[in-house]
Amino acid sequence: MADTGDSDIGGTSPDDVQLRFREDEPVGHAAVTVDAFLDQSNANAVRVEPGDDARELIPHLQRIALVEVNFPAFGDGRGYSSARILREAGYAGELRAVGDVLVDQLAYMRRCGFDAFAPDAALDPNDVEAALARWPHVYQEAADARQPIWAERHA
Amino acid sequence: MYLYDQYDQAMVDARVEEFRDQARRRLEGKLSEDQFKPLRLMNGLYLQLHAYMLRVAIPYGTLNGRQMRALADIAETYDRGYGHFTTRQNIQYNWIKLEDAADILADLAEVEMHAIQTSGNCIRNISSDHFAGAAADELVDPRPYAELLRQWSSFHPEFSYLPRKFKIAVIASETDRAAMKLHDIGIRIVSNSEGEPGAAFYVGGGMGRTPMIAPCIREFVPLDRLVTYAEACLRVYNRYGRRDNKYKARIKILVHELGAEEYTRQVEEEFAHLLEQGVEPPIAELDRIRTYFADPDFEDGPKSVDRSDPDFALWVERNTVRHKHDAYVSAVISLKPVGGIPGDASAEQMRLMADLAERYSFDELRVMHTQNIVLPHVRIADLHALWSALDEAGLGAPNLDTIEDIIACPGLDYCSLANARSIPVAQRISERFAAKGRTAELGELKLKISGCINACGHHHAGHIGILGVDRKGVENYQLLLGGSEAQDTALAKITGPGFDEDGIVDAVETAAEVYLREREDGERFLDTYRRIGMTPFKEALYG
Ligand code: SF4
Repeated sequence: MADTGDSDIGGTSPDDVQLRFREDEPVGHAAVTVDAFLDQSNANAVRVEPGDDARELIPHLQRIALVEVNFPAFGDGRGYSSARILREAGYAGELRAVGDVLVDQLAYMRRCGFDAFAPDAALDPNDVEAALARWPHVYQEAADARQPIWAERHA
Repeated sequence: MYLYDQYDQAMVDARVEEFRDQARRRLEGKLSEDQFKPLRLMNGLYLQLHAYMLRVAIPYGTLNGRQMRALADIAETYDRGYGHFTTRQNIQYNWIKLEDAADILADLAEVEMHAIQTSGNCIRNISSDHFAGAAADELVDPRPYAELLRQWSSFHPEFSYLPRKFKIAVIASETDRAAMKLHDIGIRIVSNSEGEPGAAFYVGGGMGRTPMIAPCIREFVPLDRLVTYAEACLRVYNRYGRRDNKYKARIKILVHELGAEEYTRQVEEEFAHLLEQGVEPPIAELDRIRTYFADPDFEDGPKSVDRSDPDFALWVERNTVRHKHDAYVSAVISLKPVGGIPGDASAEQMRLMADLAERYSFDELRVMHTQNIVLPHVRIADLHALWSALDEAGLGAPNLDTIEDIIACPGLDYCSLANARSIPVAQRISERFAAKGRTAELGELKLKISGCINACGHHHAGHIGILGVDRKGVENYQLLLGGSEAQDTALAKITGPGFDEDGIVDAVETAAEVYLREREDGERFLDTYRRIGMTPFKEALYG
């Protein structure tokens, strides 16, 4: 993790991002906590912890360019809901999964709207490629552009 | 029954390849056991006391002869020649090698089967009424709704790392044969005052160490909003279910701690939001699924049997159930031979059941949560031939819903969480009652045994329940009375201090004697218990 010189901030820097599925310039500074974000009107990068309510950010989505969703442990799935909720609310900025992000969760994270990944431990590029190409179809509507099987069946 | 189209098949095939890759990375050391564990669990692979156990999904308990034969082949090729049908309407193999697991999944995929989400903190295999499509009292066949939810819940991107496992049951009759209110979500298909079908949602039931009966949180969800409502229920749970303590992580604790009203309020809010998101499949999809569950071509025929053979007559009396067509019955194949292991079947027996299903039941079998097998649509005219074949193979025990029809979890013989053995206790009880010829006299008496507080043997829901506990390093058994998983769902109560293995068999007999002494006309054990209460039983047991 890059040293941001601010002990209150636990965000990742663009250098920590291993995978990014966006064309725009990444935010060059670290994210602040949800509480700090709600207190200060100029921040544009925020970090959501598993216990945070992502809906608190909804009134401010216009000015956010980066949301980091932290996965302290990969088995804690709250971040999947946070991500989808933000996308459902129309958030179009970068949605970055950080922390204990593993290759076997990547495909589901993409479906929930994550478009950048900063895993604690770097992922094997071959495994990443296989994981992202794994599912020929999907059963559900989610936060990505994929058509559910039911839509293909009744096209 | 449901058949895969190219999409379903492609998804199951992809899953096999995914697992093959994961197992390889595990064996190469690229995945730690901690990282691998949830992945293998979501493919039904547990590490037990002696080996891996593989739990294969049998969606809503329905399978055909070809699938049953594939299960027999797996038992022979990869296990010790038998399998174990479970209270989740699934089958488990207890002696599996990790290196074989991907090949087994590939074999299953060839017959449209899998082990997807039969374990782990995700939405599990969906269960249903084992008499679905045959029961005289159902509003509709509940299985199309279960299939719709199966597809929705398979590989769900948001709900694969829930606080804890999540079980859903779907029924469509007043009589509850699936213990619906003891599930995380129980759904009953109902019709509203305009006669339109919809779904009543019961959320937050469960067994385990804190048994709870699910409250109804919405009496009517229109069928074109079923998936959306389920999604709302799950999202509230995924966000707010407890993750600090695995014993408090089931949705029943969330519903209990928030109160059903507050939980419902949050679900309704989420539901209103999700309705805007277009997550619901079109009704045409439900219609498509429904076509697979159309009635077979029932034919008129004789409506009664010749009962001159008393053994046959007893089996017909005990093990057949009224069908919606009066020339048919549903016939139950008991996997509870006296002294046997409840729910076990050999490969040979599975093949015979497959043959008989093809010959006599439109190629359909069902797994009951009571660990028996149903042939759902048998012509009354064929009953004698069916019974003769079963009897010859040792599958003709006439003991459905009797004290011999015991539900028992694997217990300390296999399970690493167990405090005590369940199987030998079940064997001894069935032997005791059979030897004394008291089974028939006792009538309906549902006995359920769990080897620990996790309650896989549903002991809370037994008319008589037995719970294995550890007492200073010695196996000890608590006795419970008065539970029910039927429409009159009730949780059993502990009688008092526990017993050792001999003592618990005697204690069950004592409780049965109290019932025989006290019963009034037509009362089942449960009815007598409800009328006279715990005291007379306590006096007899401990007095
Ligand atoms: S009830 Fe306990 S002993 Fe029995 S199978 Fe479940 S976890 Fe194992």
